[in-house]
Amino acid sequence: MLDSYFLQQLINGLTIGSAYALIAIGYTMVYGIIGMINFAHGEIYMIGAYTSLIVISGLAALGIAWLPVVLIVALLGAVIVSSSMGWAVERVAYRPVRGRHRLIPLISAIGMSIFLQNYVHLAQGSRNMGFPTLMEGGFTFGDAGSFQTSLSYIQITIFVITLICMAALSVFIARSKTGRACRAVSQDLGMSSLLGINTNRIIATTFVIGAALAAVAGLLLGMYYGSIDPLFGFIAGLKAFTAAVLGGIGSIPGAMLGGLILGVSESMTSGYLSGEYKDVVSFGLLILILLFKPTGLLGKPEVEKI
Amino acid sequence: MNAANFKHALFCAFITLIISYPILGLNLVSAGTSMGLEGASTVTIIGIFMAVAVVFLFQLCRDSAMAKLGQLPRPDFTSNRPPMTEKTRLKIQNIVILTIILGASLWPFIASRGSIDLATLVLIYIMLALGLNVVVGLAGLLDLGYVAFYAVGAYTFALLSQYFGVSFWFALPVGALLAALFGLALGFPVLRLRGDYLAIVTLGFGEIIRILLNNWTSLTGGPNGIGGIPDPTLFGLEFGRRIKEEGNLSFHEFFGIAYDSTHKVIFLYLIALVLAALTFFAVRRLMQMPVGRSWEALREDEIAARSLGLSRTGVKLSAFTIGAFFAGFAGTVFASKQGFISPESFVFLESAIILAIVVLGGMGSQFGVILAAIAVTILPELAREFSEYRMLIFGAAMVLMMVWRPQGLMPMRRIHIELEKQE
Amino acid sequence: MLEVRDLSMRFGGLLAVDRVSLDVQEHEIVSIIGPNGAGKTTVFNCMSGFYRPSGGKILFEDREIQGTPDYKISRLGLVRTFQHVRLFSRMTVVENLLVAQHRHLNTNLFSGLIKTPNYRLREQKSLDRAAYWLNRVGLLDMANRDAGNLAYGQQRRLEIARCMVTEPKLLMLDEPAAGLNPAETRELNQLIISLKEDYHVSVVLIEHDMSLVMEISDRINVINQGRPLASGTPDEIRHNDDVIKAYLGEA
Repeated sequence: MLDSYFLQQLINGLTIGSAYALIAIGYTMVYGIIGMINFAHGEIYMIGAYTSLIVISGLAALGIAWLPVVLIVALLGAVIVSSSMGWAVERVAYRPVRGRHRLIPLISAIGMSIFLQNYVHLAQGSRNMGFPTLMEGGFTFGDAGSFQTSLSYIQITIFVITLICMAALSVFIARSKTGRACRAVSQDLGMSSLLGINTNRIIATTFVIGAALAAVAGLLLGMYYGSIDPLFGFIAGLKAFTAAVLGGIGSIPGAMLGGLILGVSESMTSGYLSGEYKDVVSFGLLILILLFKPTGLLGKPEVEKI
Repeated sequence: MNAANFKHALFCAFITLIISYPILGLNLVSAGTSMGLEGASTVTIIGIFMAVAVVFLFQLCRDSAMAKLGQLPRPDFTSNRPPMTEKTRLKIQNIVILTIILGASLWPFIASRGSIDLATLVLIYIMLALGLNVVVGLAGLLDLGYVAFYAVGAYTFALLSQYFGVSFWFALPVGALLAALFGLALGFPVLRLRGDYLAIVTLGFGEIIRILLNNWTSLTGGPNGIGGIPDPTLFGLEFGRRIKEEGNLSFHEFFGIAYDSTHKVIFLYLIALVLAALTFFAVRRLMQMPVGRSWEALREDEIAARSLGLSRTGVKLSAFTIGAFFAGFAGTVFASKQGFISPESFVFLESAIILAIVVLGGMGSQFGVILAAIAVTILPELAREFSEYRMLIFGAAMVLMMVWRPQGLMPMRRIHIELEKQE
Repeated sequence: MLEVRDLSMRFGGLLAVDRVSLDVQEHEIVSIIGPNGAGKTTVFNCMSGFYRPSGGKILFEDREIQGTPDYKISRLGLVRTFQHVRLFSRMTVVENLLVAQHRHLNTNLFSGLIKTPNYRLREQKSLDRAAYWLNRVGLLDMANRDAGNLAYGQQRRLEIARCMVTEPKLLMLDEPAAGLNPAETRELNQLIISLKEDYHVSVVLIEHDMSLVMEISDRINVINQGRPLASGTPDEIRHNDDVIKAYLGEA
C-alpha cells in the first residue's frame, strides 16, 4: 500500500539520503585507502556550504541572478575551496602521522575538526545564516482535499546533481589512470608504492575528491534546509559516517546505498514518530551495525592475523 | 632552492589563499531576508596575505630549514642523571604531591572568592581528566562520549535531591556508582569493537544520552535543566544564611562567627580537592596493581595478553567502568557547585576538552594531565580577550601534539615493580 | 590429555587444514613437523582458541574446547608461545611474568587499593614465583630491564618462562628454536626436557630444527599441505618413505 504520506516521507528521505551518500563517499574512500576515520570531513562539508553561500551572496551583490549561472558558479566555488581545504588538512594533520598507532591520526582529526569549526565560527560568527531561496515550487500529486505528495524542484535538483556526481566518480574510478591507481593503493599500499605508484599523490587525490563531493552536498543541503551554521557539519558528518559504515566502509557503492537507507529511515522516524528522535535513530543504527555487522552491507570482512 | 621547490611553494601559497580568503576575507551579513557580503577589516586582509607569504617562504626554504631544525640539540633532561631506583622515585613523587596538596588546601584562605570558584572548576576537570586518563591513557580506549558519565553523576544528584531531597553526601557515592553501572552496561557490548569504531560508538552514546536529557522534559526539565540543587553540608552544618532543612544548624552560628558566603565556596573547594586527591592516589595505586598491568599488557599486545588468559572484554571493561566512576564523582561535585544543571553542560565539546587535556598532558601521565587541566582551564580566564580563540587553539594544539609529540608534554613514566636482589 | 580429531580449517576457498588428528598423553613431548605453509601454525591457532575450526573436535581432558575463546582455553591450562616472540616489550622482564599470574593475584580491587596484608602476601608470592622461573631460565639478572631490550634468545626463554608461571598442564611451543644459535638450541633442548621431567608438563612443539625434534620428541606428527602425512616415533618417521619424499621435494 502506497499512501501519499508514506510516499512523501520516502521522497524526503531519498533527498537527504542522496546528500548523505555524497558526504559518505569521502569517509569511505579515505578509510578504504589509509584506514583512518577522517573526523574533520563534516567540517569540510560545512565549509563547502559556507563558501557556496558566500559566492551566491557575492553574485547577488553583482546583480547576477540567472539560476543556472548562480548554481554552477556556487558549485565551482564551493568545490575549489573545500578541496583545497581537504588537501591542506591531509598535508598538515594526517600525512605526518600516517602509519602511527591508530588512535593518533584519529585524535589529530578530532583536533582538526574542532579547529575548522572554530575557524568558521570566528570568521563568520556563530549565528544561523539564511540560505536564499533559489528555486521555489514543484510538482504535487494526489487528490486535493487529502494529503498531497509534493516533489519540489530543489529535490529534483539534488537527485540530478547527485546522480551526475556518482556517475562521474564511477567512471573516474573505473576508467582513468588515477582511478586505477586509487584502487591499487586501497588494495595494498606498500605494494603499490613498490610498483612505482606515487602513493602520497593518490592519497591526496582521495582527500580532494572526497572534499569536492562533500562541498557539493554542502550547497545542496544548504539550499534544502535554508540555513547553515558552523556546527552544521558535525552532525551531518556523523550521519554520513553512519551511512558509510552501514554500506560497508571502504566500499563506494556501499556508501551510496548506506546514505539512501539512512536518509529514508530518518525521515520515516520524523514522519511517524518524532523529529527529535531522528538523531537517536541514526546513532542507534550506527551502534547496532558496528556491533553486529561491522563490515556493513557491502563491505569485505577483515581477517585477524597472528 | 630549485625550480621544483619554487613551484611547490607557489602552489602551497595559492592553496593557503584559497582556503583563507573567501572564509576570512568576505563576511556574510544578513540584510533583512537576504544575505549580503562585506569585506573584512584591513587587518584581516593583511593577516591573510602575511600568512600566504609565510607559507610561501617556509615551503621555499623547507629543506634547509628542516635540516637546521634537525641539527638543533634536543634537550634531554634524563640522560646525564643517574637512574633512580623505583622506590626512591615513588618516595619523591609522594613528597611532591603531598606538598602540593598541603599548599592547595591552605591557599583558599588567602585567595579571592572568584579564584577559589575557578580553582574548584579546575579540580573538577582534574578529576575528569584523571578518570578519562584511565580509559584513554592506560587502557588505550578512545572514549569520545565520556561526558555522558559526567552527566549521569550530575543528573543523579539533581534528580535525587529534587524528588527525594537527598543530600550531597548520599548522592556522591550513588552518582559515582550509577555512572560506573552505566559504564559497565554500555561497555559490555561495545568494548569488543576495534579502537576507532569504539571511539565513534561512544560518541554516539554520548549524544544519545544528551538528546534524551533534552527531550525527556517530564523528568529532566529538558533544555531548562534542574535547579535548586543543595550545597553539601559539614556533618549537618549548613552553609547558607538560613537553614533549609529542619534540625540542621548553620555553620556560622555553630562556630559563632559572622556569616560569610565565601565559607561555602571554600568548603566546596576543599571537597573537590579531597576528591581529586583521592582520584589521583586511587588511579596511581591501580597502575601498580594487577589490573593496571593488564591494561598495559592488553594495550601493548592484545594477542599475547589473551594467550595468557586475560579476557579482553573483562580488562577493558574494568578500565571503562573505573573511568566512568570518577566521572560520576566529578558530576556530583559539579552539580553541587553550580546549583543548576542542563544538557548544555554535557555536549560533545566537553568530551573533546577533557580529551584535549589528556592528550596535551601526555596519555597515561598523571602529573602531565594535572598540569594540562590547570593550563587549559586557567589560561583562557587569564587572557580574556583570547578566550574566544580557546577552542581554535585547543584544536590546533591537538593536531600539533599528535604530529610532534604524541607522548604529550610530560610523557608517562610508570612506576615499575622491581624484583629485589636475592642472595 | 589432548585429543584432536579430524580438525579442518577453511579460509574462504582455501582449505588450510584438512582432517588433522593428533593426541597427546600426559608426560609426553609431541612434535608437529611439515614444510612451510603446511598448516602447522593454523592447527595451533585452532587449538589455542584464536580460530574457530570449521570442522572436527578438540578435546582437552575429555572436554570439548573447539570454539572456546582463547583466554578461557589458556585458563584451562593450555598455554602457547608464538612463532614471532610476543612479549610486552615496554614492560620489565619481571612485570611480564606478573601479568601472566594475574589469576593467582586476582583479589578484589578494594584489597589492592588499600594493600591488605593478604594482598601483600599474594603479591610477594607471585614475585617469588617469577624470581624462581627467571632463575630457572637464566634471566634473573635481567629482571628489572625492559623486555624489549633483551637479546633474541633471552626473549624466547622469557616467553617460555611467562607461560610456565601460569602453571600450565600443556605447553604449546611454536618454533621455539627459530633464530637461535646451536648452543642456545642445546640449552632449549634441556629446558624442554626438564619441563616434562621436573614439572610434569606435556609439550606440543612445532619445529623445523630436525635435530631438536628427533632428540626430544616422544612422538612426531607430519603434516603436508594441510593433510596428515604420517605419525609415529622419531625412528619410524625417520624411515617413512612419504616423509622423505615430502621433505626432499619429490612430491
